[in-house]
Amino acid sequence: MRLHEYQAKEVFAEAGLPTPDAELAESTDEVLAAADSIGYPVAVKAQVHVGGRGKAGGIEIADSDDEVREAADSILGMDLKGYTVDRVLVEAAVDFVDELYVGVTMDRGEGKPVAMVSSEGGVNIEEVAEENPEAIAREHVDPAFGMHPYQARRAVYDAGVESDVASDVAGVLSTLYDLWADSDAEDTEVNPVMVTSDREVVCADAVMNIDDDALFRHPDLAEMEEAAAEDDLEAKANEYGFDYVRLEGNVGIIGNGAGLVMTTLDLVDYYGGAPANFLDIGGGAKAERVANALDMVFADENVDSVVFNIFGGITRGDEVAQGINDAIAQFDELPKPIVVRLAGTNAEEGMEILNTDALDVEETLEGAVQRAVEHAGGESQ
Amino acid sequence: MSVLVDDDTRVVVQGITGGEGEFHAGQMIEYGTNVVAGAVPGRGGEEVHGVPVYDTVSRAAEAENADASVVLVPPAFAADALFEALDSPVDLVVAITEGIPAQDMARVYKRLGETDTHLIGPNCPGVITPGEAKLGILPGNIFSSGNVGLISRSGTLTYQVVDNLTDRGLGQTTAIGIGGDPIIGTDFVDALSLFEDDPATDAIVMCGEIGGTDEEEAAEYIDANMTTPVAGFIAGRTAPPGKRMGHAGAIVSGSGAGTAESKIEALSEAGVPVGDTPEEVADNVEELL
Repeated sequence: MRLHEYQAKEVFAEAGLPTPDAELAESTDEVLAAADSIGYPVAVKAQVHVGGRGKAGGIEIADSDDEVREAADSILGMDLKGYTVDRVLVEAAVDFVDELYVGVTMDRGEGKPVAMVSSEGGVNIEEVAEENPEAIAREHVDPAFGMHPYQARRAVYDAGVESDVASDVAGVLSTLYDLWADSDAEDTEVNPVMVTSDREVVCADAVMNIDDDALFRHPDLAEMEEAAAEDDLEAKANEYGFDYVRLEGNVGIIGNGAGLVMTTLDLVDYYGGAPANFLDIGGGAKAERVANALDMVFADENVDSVVFNIFGGITRGDEVAQGINDAIAQFDELPKPIVVRLAGTNAEEGMEILNTDALDVEETLEGAVQRAVEHAGGESQ
Repeated sequence: MSVLVDDDTRVVVQGITGGEGEFHAGQMIEYGTNVVAGAVPGRGGEEVHGVPVYDTVSRAAEAENADASVVLVPPAFAADALFEALDSPVDLVVAITEGIPAQDMARVYKRLGETDTHLIGPNCPGVITPGEAKLGILPGNIFSSGNVGLISRSGTLTYQVVDNLTDRGLGQTTAIGIGGDPIIGTDFVDALSLFEDDPATDAIVMCGEIGGTDEEEAAEYIDANMTTPVAGFIAGRTAPPGKRMGHAGAIVSGSGAGTAESKIEALSEAGVPVGDTPEEVADNVEELL
């Protein structure tokens, strides 16, 4: 779960990190009032879950009422990479002389948390990591002990942070680590940490992603989740609790288990078709879940055919077949052709009850995919 | 021969009184697995499927001489169950549980490094030596005994590939579902080395997917150390960058690391034929044997 910048800033401020004065605003009037109480110059920042907001026109600096009105008018309501901006954060603009990067995340390869500092802040840190990896100082942390103060200092000095602000920056890193650990975050990041001409350190941005698997023990953070103004279908998938990704093609794909569903997508491509989506119904799905999955794929206008690929382990073929029957029973004629492939646990029982009059049935994965690609008007071999 | 599990493996099931635990303990016993005990706090003295339940893993291991544990415990309690298994101690822990918080797994992983125990998973289907023992939730009927070792990050993909193998009469020594989470115990390299040392394994299938760099590391290891031939498969060629495809680990960053292409290239360079379809993987195994 990704927190909005304004939410992450609240959490950061509560933890004692230096953040600029800021107010959330939903209209041009509110933006003006906020700027007035904070004092110019201010930054007006779109609050949407999109990276690179600044470059995309989602962040403007304003120095007067006129400028702030213009910024508010241009940002509020704008479409930022598919998301409509309905709120902005109005924040005291920091007069900085230097920008740093400070962050904590899980190093998956090492199986350990890693704390990072770079004196090249304010830019795309992934690019820095790729092009100039030495510009980022890294400290791996023993998750059983937490980060020792010397580790924070070492990272800051290794990154070449100037010594008069080193201890403040080390403090930011330590606090970010503690927040990361205490809130089961995937990452906590500030990019940039700004250094002012008075040699003060300010967290000018705030990123915080919480591990969805750990939300059960953080009810306060879970409450911050807001339904994002995203794709209707992805919203529907969230409601049904599916792992779902919408793609560009026209062959709808439903299956069980991430690896098998990805393989089904790959085969659709291999046989000359184009996948419309990734949809994993998960393990042990019952009839209702299966029906929901079909509902989702039917709701996608781009879909011209559907391939249903189930290899039962914990999932039972008879349950799946019942779900398919239930879902198609409401149609006199299917809106889109469906190819079903059932294998594994209780597949034979499933095949006995499956309404094969309305469906195409294939025994093999390859056969099912080829048939679905043909139905969708793609090539096949 | 086999790796990790066989007829003699003595298994304790953590969480045996829960819905999943009871069902899959029954399935394991039916398959012929030597399930000797269950472990559930507060339920010591009970019996499930005729198997005695103990309050702690240590007591179960001691009383029944168990050397392996299968963890079928809900995610909120799973890390504690894993620590308990590592501390009991048993030689092998198979963690089926999906959805264990990553920071919990980081602490377990740290502890694991201080022990001699093999951890399989979490978020995996388990380990099976066909005809001898299965530890986990894999459907036993699709497997057959033979000379191919199998390692996979995905449960259902394991079933698919095994089906393609079994169809050709290519039986398996052992199949290991290592799990799709970012932090796992046994990884490709560990599993490859186990099969390399197993005289009964004449070829190995390695099923990977997008995300992480485990396959690339495995390719380096194969190139430098393996004499047993390996056939590969990589799921997720069509995955768009930046999107998570189900498995927590199956996300491709925009930078090219962890992509299907980079994995296929690394494996090909190490002499591993990578099939475009599961069917082709079976073709490749036939040729390697």
